[in-house]
Amino acid sequence: MNSTAQSASEGHLFRSSQAYRQTQEKNARRALFVIALLPTALIVAVTLALLARAWPILQQYSLWELLTSTTWKPMKGQFGFLPFIAGTFWVTVVGVGLAVPPCIFTALYLSEYASNATRATIKPMLDVLAAIPSVVYGVWGVLAIVPFVGNVIRPALSKWFGFIPLFASNQPTGYGILSGGIVLAVMIAPFIIAVTYEVLRTVPEGWRQASLGLGATRWQTVRHVLFRQTLPGMIASVVFGTSRAFGETMAVLMVVGNVPQLPTSIFDSAYPLPALIANNYGEMMSIKLYDAALLCAALVLLVIVLVFNIASTLVLQRILRRSWA
Amino acid sequence: MKFRWRRRHIGELIVKIIMYFSFACVVGSLALILWTVLYKGLPALTWSMITQTPKGGFYLGKEGGILNAIIGSLFMAVGGTIIALIFSLPLALYLETYINASRFGHWVRLSLDVLWGIPSIVYGAFGFTIMLALGMRASLLGGIVVLALLEFPIMTRAIDEVIRRMPGELEQASLALGSTKLEVATRVVIRQMLPGIVTAILLAFGRGIGDAASVLFVAGYTDRIPTSLMSPAASLPLAVYFQLGTPFPEVQQRAYASALILTIIVLVISFGSRFLSTRLGKYTVK
Repeated sequence: MNSTAQSASEGHLFRSSQAYRQTQEKNARRALFVIALLPTALIVAVTLALLARAWPILQQYSLWELLTSTTWKPMKGQFGFLPFIAGTFWVTVVGVGLAVPPCIFTALYLSEYASNATRATIKPMLDVLAAIPSVVYGVWGVLAIVPFVGNVIRPALSKWFGFIPLFASNQPTGYGILSGGIVLAVMIAPFIIAVTYEVLRTVPEGWRQASLGLGATRWQTVRHVLFRQTLPGMIASVVFGTSRAFGETMAVLMVVGNVPQLPTSIFDSAYPLPALIANNYGEMMSIKLYDAALLCAALVLLVIVLVFNIASTLVLQRILRRSWA
Repeated sequence: MKFRWRRRHIGELIVKIIMYFSFACVVGSLALILWTVLYKGLPALTWSMITQTPKGGFYLGKEGGILNAIIGSLFMAVGGTIIALIFSLPLALYLETYINASRFGHWVRLSLDVLWGIPSIVYGAFGFTIMLALGMRASLLGGIVVLALLEFPIMTRAIDEVIRRMPGELEQASLALGSTKLEVATRVVIRQMLPGIVTAILLAFGRGIGDAASVLFVAGYTDRIPTSLMSPAASLPLAVYFQLGTPFPEVQQRAYASALILTIIVLVISFGSRFLSTRLGKYTVK
């Protein structure tokens, strides 16, 4: 390359005087340090801003009262978050429960069994799956999952297992927790697979070879060598997926039915926290304390997600950095 | 030696079957999503959908298209990506060249990961409170800023992961020649890692353009193409959502078509970034 021409053209940008370059370096270091404080500052700012806006309602009702009351009647000044927290909890549990077993096995397959060619084609496909906007998942849910749940799974399960309250069918459509859970499961799958895969790859190749060389089958190797080392990482990846699931708004909102009630069956409608915030932003300025209540809901959501996130990230950072030399 | 079936071989077989099954489930659901969006969206997709703004009675099934939403989304995502880039590229370079394995570095990475996990609806609510405090109305600018916030951790972590793979010798070679760390970062690292950096930027762009919940509060929705930073702006994900919410089948058809357009944009970005990164790769030291 013609490096002389290049350095000549850049000469006016970086004067070669030693002192100048040293000052430049020092200034850059300072500016970059400030930028590096931004992420932490942003977390604090988001929390404080939401707390400030939610303050009026937290002064009038105790936090415990808000979190455990079941009546949601903003017009009458009753703000009970329990149905929404329950809705979030149910949808998340169903979604994560459906997602985890296939995801762990898929990650195992990709990491331990698949040929390099399969891996090279599937990994980009998973990236594509992760890139699809949540609204598109929602459309897919409305078009494919809701009818499937409503016309196939619901009649079948409630016919055979209807005596268990969990599978009772209390309403005639497919809009409910199970649909939300399925859509959620597909959405968080790429994340869980990617993280589990990364965790599995941290185990040194020699360990596998040693185990296989002793005559163990691949599954025995996975069970006795890999699982023992990577279990914390796998749990962390599931928690990571769970925290994604908590906050997912649009896709779930479109299929979950949005009825503020305490669900008792997986076919019941639910009303998760993010859906509550998204659905009511329009009228929230017109009713007293309504905006404070909604931003308090956002705060509750944020705190739940922060706790899950920090826990899983701490574990993952430790594991992905670990090297077994 | 003759092969004999033992318990462990049966276990292996069962696990293999479970594995193939779950693998098929994951890949199948991806295929099913793409197929559903194509199958439902393609018949409803017309030329006027992408070249016209909504005319009177559009939401009752009359004439018009969703050009307003396409343009609005592109404006917001491009603006948000540029603002995010201004902060995340320096930060990622700083993480790599200055504070890589230090305690502070771990702390910054941790807070970025936590930021990444904050739900977009919370960013939306946060943006909304800020705009209330500043007395701003829902506008294109609000959408851009909130998308920038949303994209910032994604982009930084993605670039960070990329430049972590920077060959150490290159860095050491330029340091040994007497260059400052800043010069290493701006002239060596960026040039060497350009393909990956571009991929990371496009990844963040894709996230930004597809996100609905964050812009719901702050960008508003209008049938006109935004003319200034202060005018409200429509966005594609919200167009899908609102059209699907109407009781008219014709409008719902358009929602499918809009979802298809959005999916195509995201897929083009996703594959385009792969293509670009191989093209740009020829300027790097192997």
